[in-house]
Amino acid sequence: MENEEINKQTDIPNHNWGFIEVDDVRYRTLFPNHFGSKKRISGNPYIVNALIPGTIREIFVKKGQKVKAGEKLLLLEAMKMNNQIVTNIAGTIDIIHVSVGDVVPKDTLLVTLKP
Amino acid sequence: MLLSQKTSDLKRRMREALQGGGTKAIESQKSKGKLTARERILALLDAKSFHEYDMFVSHAGKDFDMDKKFLPGDGVITGTGTINGYPVCIYAQDFTVAGGSLGYAHAKKIVKIMEQAMKLKVPIIGINDSGGARIQEGVNALAGYGDIFYRNTMASGVIPQISVILGPCAGGAVYSPALTDFVFVVDKISQMFITGPEVIKTVLGEEISKEDLGGARVQAEITGNAHFYAESEIECFEQIKTLVSYIPWNNENKAKPFPKKAPKRQYKIDDIIPAENSEPYDVRDIIRSITDESEFLEVQERYARNIVIGFGRLGGQSIGVVANQPMVLAGVLDVDSSNKAARFIRFCDSFNIPLVTLVDLPGYLPGVDQEYQGVIRHGAKVLYAYSEASVPKMTVIMRKAYGGGYIAMCSHHLKADFVFAWPTAEIAVMGPEGAANIIFRKEIVEAENPEEMRKQKIEEYKEKFANPYVAAAYGYVDAVIEPSETRHFLIHALEISQNKTVLNPWKKHGVPPF
Repeated sequence: MENEEINKQTDIPNHNWGFIEVDDVRYRTLFPNHFGSKKRISGNPYIVNALIPGTIREIFVKKGQKVKAGEKLLLLEAMKMNNQIVTNIAGTIDIIHVSVGDVVPKDTLLVTLKP
Repeated sequence: MLLSQKTSDLKRRMREALQGGGTKAIESQKSKGKLTARERILALLDAKSFHEYDMFVSHAGKDFDMDKKFLPGDGVITGTGTINGYPVCIYAQDFTVAGGSLGYAHAKKIVKIMEQAMKLKVPIIGINDSGGARIQEGVNALAGYGDIFYRNTMASGVIPQISVILGPCAGGAVYSPALTDFVFVVDKISQMFITGPEVIKTVLGEEISKEDLGGARVQAEITGNAHFYAESEIECFEQIKTLVSYIPWNNENKAKPFPKKAPKRQYKIDDIIPAENSEPYDVRDIIRSITDESEFLEVQERYARNIVIGFGRLGGQSIGVVANQPMVLAGVLDVDSSNKAARFIRFCDSFNIPLVTLVDLPGYLPGVDQEYQGVIRHGAKVLYAYSEASVPKMTVIMRKAYGGGYIAMCSHHLKADFVFAWPTAEIAVMGPEGAANIIFRKEIVEAENPEEMRKQKIEEYKEKFANPYVAAAYGYVDAVIEPSETRHFLIHALEISQNKTVLNPWKKHGVPPF
């Protein structure tokens, strides 16, 4: 039985060295490249993204318009259905980033509001 | 007619069937780097061991001029044989015949060989290579798939089921491999997805290639649907041959015992494990210093690398290994690694394969991402799987075992039969740094030099709690052992657990957090 050369900390393809903190301790470790890239719900309610890809069919608001929480902003056609995109917060329409007829991929910025 | 004439007639019919879809179709298959269905079976099984059945089954299609077509064996080859003497039932879809599409007769052949396997109590291997449902046969094709999925479920936990994806496996068809125990994929040949790129483009406007959507690497690295990844069909067959040597024929047997062999590589564990608690090492080096001949067949190697699972032998007996990998994500448990471990534990439990767990983790992966993905539910699967497992369970706590992670990794409380700990083990609610901050918060805040006080309190906590002796004092650790003795202790534990019997209250089955 030989004492083979131990290959400490061999690299793994598509992984990078970094630190992870668990309970106040920093561990030196490898991270997969796609780590943390799974999408989560955006925290900022003034930013309205397309949660699914689709086509803009109708836009109900104009720049400067005051809107209430729950008010319709636009119609996004996807999966053969018309989805009403509403605002979760009251505010004023700041910028409308799309036009009727645009085919948008997932996560596209649709509308930005200001308080 | 003389026997000789009848025999030539038989041989003629066989030649016709063996032609498959004809030379052109075979050439097309080869040009994609794929073997034909029969070539695959013959490469995988022992020489001269393959016996084919249902060669002359003809297809059932009546509409769309199907009755004018000759489809040998209806595009699937079924039979029995052995792999290194190990009996198996096998089927292989023939892509050269109508694109390997599944029709009613095709499905019937598969169902027949699956039922045969369940009756004979031998494993079933399915080689998938099919364009999908034969549209001309309409709902009969769907009926075929449904019949297959039902048998996959009935056979689950009764006989080992292996799926080999050597071509497209899309739409409903891909649910069969998903229900089986082990899925093998080959780079650039396997394709698995529910809806293909064309449909995705039409309905959602997203563009993606078949390879990027459900190719071998995606299934092995991102989705975890594939358990073994190979770069060629031949390499894949070698992996299958290795796998079957570790598992039994059915759920009433144990895996074949091999002669006892010492590990080839004798690592000094002191050299592998760093002195500093937060420094990483490759736990597979530890595994290989324990198993017979240092052999270890890793399962799902490329997925959720922060936990390592696979098969090895101890004293000639097959074992299933589950080990935290400190080198990746510090060995934390998270959604993906919990799923990976839980299913493997249940496979080993179904097939009488003892479990050896190696523990070194700081806890669960913190983060909103994990919480929103439901780490609560997924983490619970590991607790469920270990608790319910009635095979011999042996745990070795190597280094950190904090909080929920300590409990989940087959602790004494989940009825591990033997819990060993190394002197380097730290079994505590959390690490000294985190704990000191909470318990001694007042002292630290009120001190003249908080930083100094913090360091002192951390040392105090480490001294008192970051060791295996507190747990050992309560009997939660059965023995504190030197790392070099691990193999010796585990082999003895295995030998003495041969007749382990556990009596649990009757239930139809539990309700695990699926």
